[in-house]
Amino acid sequence: MTTTQIPSTDSPEPNNSRSFMQQLTTGTDWKSAALIPALAVLTALIIGVLIIMLTGSSFGDAMNAYWALLQGSVGSLKAISETLTAATPLILAGLSVAIAFRAGLFNIGTEGQLLMGGMFAVWAGFTFIGLPFYVHIPLALLAGVVGGAIWGFIPGFLKAKTGAHEVITTIMLNYIALRLVDFLLKTEIFQREGRNDPVSKTVEASAQLPLLLGWISPGLRVHLGLIIAVAAAAFIHWLLFRTTTGFEFRAVGANPKAAKYAGMSVTKTYVLVMVIGGALAGLAGAGQVLGVLDRATPGFSSGIGFDAIAVALLGRSNPWGVVAAAVLFGGLSAGGQQMQVSANVGIDLISVIQALIIIFVAAPALISAIYRLKAPAASTQISKGWGS
Amino acid sequence: MSTPPIDREPIESYEVTGKRTKELTRRQIKKARITGIVMFALAAIVMFFLAPAAAGTSTFGLSFADETIQLPPLSVPSQGSLWVLAMVLGFLGATQFFRGFQSRTTVILGIAFAVFVFSIMVWATAGQEFSLISMLVSTIARATPIALGALSGILCERSGVVNIGIEGMLLGGAFTGVVMGSLLGGWVGLLAATLTGGVLALLLAVLAVNFRVDQIIIGVVINILVLGLTSFLTAQVLVKNPQFNDAPIFQAIKIPILGDIPIVGPMFFDQTIIVYGMFILIASVTFLLFRTRWGLRTRSVGENPKAADSLGIKVAKVRYLAVIYGGMVGGFAGAWFTLGTVGRFDEGMTGGRGFIGLAAMIVGGWNPIGAFFAALIFGFSDSLQQKFAVIETPIPGEFLAMAPYLVTIIIVAGLVGRARPPAADGQPYEKE
Repeated sequence: MTTTQIPSTDSPEPNNSRSFMQQLTTGTDWKSAALIPALAVLTALIIGVLIIMLTGSSFGDAMNAYWALLQGSVGSLKAISETLTAATPLILAGLSVAIAFRAGLFNIGTEGQLLMGGMFAVWAGFTFIGLPFYVHIPLALLAGVVGGAIWGFIPGFLKAKTGAHEVITTIMLNYIALRLVDFLLKTEIFQREGRNDPVSKTVEASAQLPLLLGWISPGLRVHLGLIIAVAAAAFIHWLLFRTTTGFEFRAVGANPKAAKYAGMSVTKTYVLVMVIGGALAGLAGAGQVLGVLDRATPGFSSGIGFDAIAVALLGRSNPWGVVAAAVLFGGLSAGGQQMQVSANVGIDLISVIQALIIIFVAAPALISAIYRLKAPAASTQISKGWGS
Repeated sequence: MSTPPIDREPIESYEVTGKRTKELTRRQIKKARITGIVMFALAAIVMFFLAPAAAGTSTFGLSFADETIQLPPLSVPSQGSLWVLAMVLGFLGATQFFRGFQSRTTVILGIAFAVFVFSIMVWATAGQEFSLISMLVSTIARATPIALGALSGILCERSGVVNIGIEGMLLGGAFTGVVMGSLLGGWVGLLAATLTGGVLALLLAVLAVNFRVDQIIIGVVINILVLGLTSFLTAQVLVKNPQFNDAPIFQAIKIPILGDIPIVGPMFFDQTIIVYGMFILIASVTFLLFRTRWGLRTRSVGENPKAADSLGIKVAKVRYLAVIYGGMVGGFAGAWFTLGTVGRFDEGMTGGRGFIGLAAMIVGGWNPIGAFFAALIFGFSDSLQQKFAVIETPIPGEFLAMAPYLVTIIIVAGLVGRARPPAADGQPYEKE
C-alpha cells in the first residue's frame, strides 16, 4: 500500500475515510511516521523565529528565546520534571482525541470532559476524610473517570441516536462545562470556606498523587499521573490493535457502512468510543487536580483539551505516537514558561508554533513541497461534513 | 455472492417502506406527546415555582428618556400575569398532547418557550422596574457579530467548505481592526478587519481546496493560530505601545423619522454602522445566494460538485470566492468587538461568539434569514444574562449563559426539527 491517494469522485465518502485509514495503517512507513512530523516541527520553529523578529526583536534575541525554550524543557532535572508534568495530561487527553479519530469521530470536547472529570475528582478528593491513600487515590481517580465518561457519553449517545454531529455537540458541551464549573465553584459543596472568589476546597493529602521525584527535591512536580498516563497508552494500544472491540472501532472509523454490513453495531461503537474518550479526558483532569493543582479554579483545564487535538494529530492517532507528541508539547509548554521569564518572549508564541505544526502535519503535501520530498503523503481527512 | 432472484426485490422494498411509514407515524405521535409534556412541565414550573414567589408589580420600561415620543412603562401585576401565562402554557400543552399541532408544532413550541421566558422575566422583575427597551436594543447589538459570523459560515458551507474557524476570523478582525483603527481611523480599521478575515479564509481555501486537508482540522488550527498570534502580539507590542490599542468607536447613527418610532426606532434605526452593515449583508447575501447566477453556482457546488463540474462550473474557483467572501464577512464581524463597542483589544475577547455564530448557522438551516433569527435568540439570551446580573435575580447567571449552548444541542439533536446541511459540505473535490 502506498501513501499516495488517488481520490475517485464516484464515491467520495468511503474513499476519504480510507485515505485516513491508509495513513494510519502505514505507520511503519518511516517517512510519514517520523520524517514529516520532524520537518513540521522544524518548519514551525523557523516561522516562529520570523514572528519573534516581526515584533522588533533581532535574530539574536530570537535565538536567545529558543535557547531559553531548550533550557526550560530539557536543560536541567527540574526542567525535565516540568516537561513531563505538562506532558502527563496531554498524553491522556491526546489518547482521548486519538481513540475517537480511530473510530471516525472528532472529539473536540476533551476540554469539557477534562473539566468535568477534574470536578468529580476534586469533589471525591475533599469529601472523603480519613481514608488511607491506597483507597482514596483510586477512588478520586475513578470519580474523575466517571465524570469525564458522563460528559463523553452525551455526544456519543446523541450521535448514535439522533445523528447530531459530535463536533457541534462537543463544542457546546465545552462551554456548558466551563459555565457549570464557574457555577459549582460558588456553591457550598465546592467553595472553600471563607472565600468569596470561586475556588474549591483543597484536596485531602490522602488523595494527592505522590511525587515521583519528591525524594530528590520537593520542587520536582512530576507525579504518579505520568505512570498512569503511560499505562493508559499501553492499554489503549492493546485495546485498539489486540482486541475485537478495537478492531470494530477501527472498522467503523474506516467505513461505517461496511462495518454495519459486516454486522458491527456502529451506534454502540460511537457511544463506547466517546465514553472511553471521555473517561481518558476525565482521568487527565483528575490527574491535574490531584497531582498538580490540589484544587479546582475556573477554567483549570487551561486549554489542555485543545492542545490534545494537536497532540493526537502529531502522534498520528497512534498511542505511542501520542506519548511522544505529548512529551514534545509538554516540553514546548514548560520551555515556553522559561522563554517568557528569561527572554521576555510571550508564551502565546508556543500556541502559534503548535498551530503551525498541526497545519504541516495535516497537510504533508506542504512539507513535501518545501523540502522537495517525493511522493507527497495523503492529506488527513477524518470528518465527512456535518451530514454523516 | 449470488444475485437474489429479481422478483424478490420489489416485495422486500414494499415491506420496508410499509413498515417505515407506520413506524414514522408512531414516532410522530410519541414526539407530539413528548412536546406536549414539555409544555405542561413549563406550565407547572410557572404555576408552582414562579407564581407563588412573585409579589407586587413588574414594570417594563419601553422608552429611553431622550426619545421624542415617550411610551408609558408597562406595569403588570406579577402574580396575576403569571397565572395567566401558566394557563396559556397549559392550554398549549393540552392541545399538543391530545390533538397535536402537526406541522405547526415547531412554531407552537417556540411560542411556548417565548411565553416561558417572558414568565421568567415577569417573575425576576417582580416589584422592580426593568428597562425592556435597553435590553431589546442590546439584543440587536449582541446579535450582530453572531449573525455575521453565521453569515460567514453560510457563505463557506453553501459552497461545500466547512468553516469552524469563524471564531478565529472574528478575533483576527477585532485585532487588526483596532490596530489600524488606532493608527489611521475607524474606517481604515473596518477595512483592515475585513481584509484580515479574507486572508484567513484564503488559508482555509488553499488548504481545503488545493491540499484537501480535513476542513474541520483547518478550522481548529485557524482558531488556535489566531488566538495565539493575537495574544502574542498583544503581550509583545500592544502592552508596550498603548497608542496602538486605542481606536475610535463608531457612534450610533440615528436615521431621521424612522429612528423616532417607539421601540422599533431605537432597536433598528439608531445603531452603529456595523449593525446596519449586518442588515444590509443579510439581505444582500440572501438575494445573491438565491436569486443570482453566482448564488446558484455556489449552491450547486456545495450540493453536488461533480454535477456542477460536468456543467462547466469551475468548482475550485467558486469555492475560493465563496470562502474568501465568507472570511471577509467574518473579519467585518470581528470589528464589532473593538470598533463597535470598546475601542480596545483584549486577549480572546470574542469569547466563543464565533462558535455561537456557527450554531446560529445550523439552527437557521444554512439560510441567512434563519440564521439572523437564531442569532437574535442568542443575542437575547446574552443580553438577558447581562441585565439579570444587574437586577440580582435568584437564577445564577451561569445557567442563563449556558442557554444558547443547550438550545443548540437540542436543535442539532433534532428535537425541534433536523437541519439539513449542503450535501457536499466538508468534502474535498478533485477533478478526474
